[in-house]
Amino acid sequence: MRVVIAEDLFLLRDGLTRTLREHGCEVVAAVDNAPALLRALRDEEPDVAVVDIRLPPTFTDEGLQAALEARRTRPGLPILILSQYVDQLYAQELLAGGEGAIGYLLKDRVTHTAQFVDAVRTVAGGGTVMDPQVIAKLLARSDARGTTAALSPREHEVLELMAEGRSNAAIMNALHIGESAVAKHTAGIFAKLGIEASADDNRRVLAVLAYLKR
Amino acid sequence: MVRSEGGGRWPVGGAPIGGPEAVRAQASTQPTDTRRSGRWRAGDWIAVARCQLLSLAALAAWAVGALVVLAILLLPIGVGFALLPSSAAALRRLTDRHRAWAARWSGVRISPPAPLPGEGLTRRRRAVALLGDEGFWRDFGWAWLEPWTGGLLVAVPLALVEYGVFGALVQPFIWRRIDDGNWYAFVPVHSTATMLAALLLGIAFVAAGLRLAPVVLRLHTRLGGRTLSAPRATELVRRIEELTDTRAETLDTQAAELRRIERDLHDGAQARLVALGLTLDQATRLLDTDPQAARELLAEVRATSGRALQDLRELVHGIHPPVLADRGLGDAVRSLALDSFLDVVVAVELPERLPAPVESAGYFAVAELLANAGKHAGAREVAIRLEHDPAHGALRITVTDDGRGGADPARGSGLRGIERRLSAFDGTLALHSPPGGPTTATLEIPCASSSPKTSSCSGTG
Repeated sequence: MRVVIAEDLFLLRDGLTRTLREHGCEVVAAVDNAPALLRALRDEEPDVAVVDIRLPPTFTDEGLQAALEARRTRPGLPILILSQYVDQLYAQELLAGGEGAIGYLLKDRVTHTAQFVDAVRTVAGGGTVMDPQVIAKLLARSDARGTTAALSPREHEVLELMAEGRSNAAIMNALHIGESAVAKHTAGIFAKLGIEASADDNRRVLAVLAYLKR
Repeated sequence: MVRSEGGGRWPVGGAPIGGPEAVRAQASTQPTDTRRSGRWRAGDWIAVARCQLLSLAALAAWAVGALVVLAILLLPIGVGFALLPSSAAALRRLTDRHRAWAARWSGVRISPPAPLPGEGLTRRRRAVALLGDEGFWRDFGWAWLEPWTGGLLVAVPLALVEYGVFGALVQPFIWRRIDDGNWYAFVPVHSTATMLAALLLGIAFVAAGLRLAPVVLRLHTRLGGRTLSAPRATELVRRIEELTDTRAETLDTQAAELRRIERDLHDGAQARLVALGLTLDQATRLLDTDPQAARELLAEVRATSGRALQDLRELVHGIHPPVLADRGLGDAVRSLALDSFLDVVVAVELPERLPAPVESAGYFAVAELLANAGKHAGAREVAIRLEHDPAHGALRITVTDDGRGGADPARGSGLRGIERRLSAFDGTLALHSPPGGPTTATLEIPCASSSPKTSSCSGTG
């Protein structure tokens, strides 16, 4: 898997590069600003880019803007955005295209290397990964509005993990339940919320997110 | 100082907004009674009625002015000491009435002078104090000017309308009974043809008077604004008092904010880092003897470091939300809307970025109002509108919810907090919240506080 990294802090850039290399990824470029990122995306044609949202020279949301711009010229270009903060507005902008192959995670998630590398692979494979904090906020909102009231507590947990973009296997591990239990819960969720079940993992995430945003 | 009933607009920090400017139009509140009904507008007739009222008031001004002169002349024989305070008070009531009319009819705020001296003084001292009071002499000057300026001015449309009505309604019936000497303006009325001419002329006079009345009314207000507004010194003293108050409040708020940040850091991230160090130390000691326990402790360290980061994130968000810094007020409010449990519609009409303090004040005010709508009003839908008013160089934010209404800034600490934040900018908060709803909160923040004339709302880089 060929990866481009954009991160302005040397220590983090170096750490990310090493972590990804240890897990068998090929880091083809590690840059520290948005124009260089756009160049690298064009020249290297990587499988996925890991981008810090805040880059020089303005240190605002340059990474996000660059990612959106790159995806306008190459729709579906897999990009994982890292940020010190997650904001629902940015999450919405990233999901707006509805293409998937997008990730939005807090920077601290990098420290759980295995999960982080999993997320990078999911995004590279066209999947959608949203930070648990984004999902927690969406779910809190849905709960307050009563749109998820029909779910059992267990189904609620499964829905949360599904929305984060976890695969069935990851959900099994996280909740220590078997494959058939996961299948039962997901079927229950889809039936209760009136979401059309889909075998395709990414379409499943997008459908769940769309439901939660109502 | 704070009202909640009605749709009143009041300055947050106390006395008038707009600073040293004596007269300042408040928002775009042109009189609302100019409903058009064909070519004859009800508003014009109302304006004529107001001219009539003003002309009577001018007579009253003349009478009270004469009374004051009499009182002054009678001072040497002592009677004046009794007469002067009461006549001065009557004069002040009259000028106050004119200021109220100016505000109600033309939306022009004329700053009132300082109250008349005399609280708790003897009659003699009161009269002496009056003679040294600048506001009193201004009132007095106005009383003598008004009949000759304002009074004559408002008489013009009145005379036109009244003479026109006489030509159109009375002439047709009386001309037969009067012989050759009957003239209407320049028309000798002694036949049906000339009577019709007089009738048309009368209608034309009425039309002219009606057309003129609103113009004259505005002119009268401007004229009155010159003579009736408080002396500049009073205006400036008041402004200084107000600025001293709001500055003290701002400093208090700032100090409280710093204390809160210090406390949050102390109880939050700092405490967690200490715990982290302790746990790491323990884990190091257990590393050889009990690797399993050490591993558990390390997992705990990881969780604690995550929570410390989260504490810092929340702290920073409370000081200055990153999305506000990144994108400005419009997107920051959109982000708030996405976080809210309510159905929030946001309309943004801002040309460019506003000064950072204005953005911050606007953001936290909207956050508070949105929280109130959900918590206290039980609202389901909220509409938020952000616009820049170039005429006043101000940011205007309107938040409307469909909740149960009855919000009272005097009771809610949140609303008081918004007012405190806004007062530093000479900002205003108008709350219209009748019981049963809907509630509309309108915030206006001038973009360069102390000098509305040089506001630079849209001129920041």
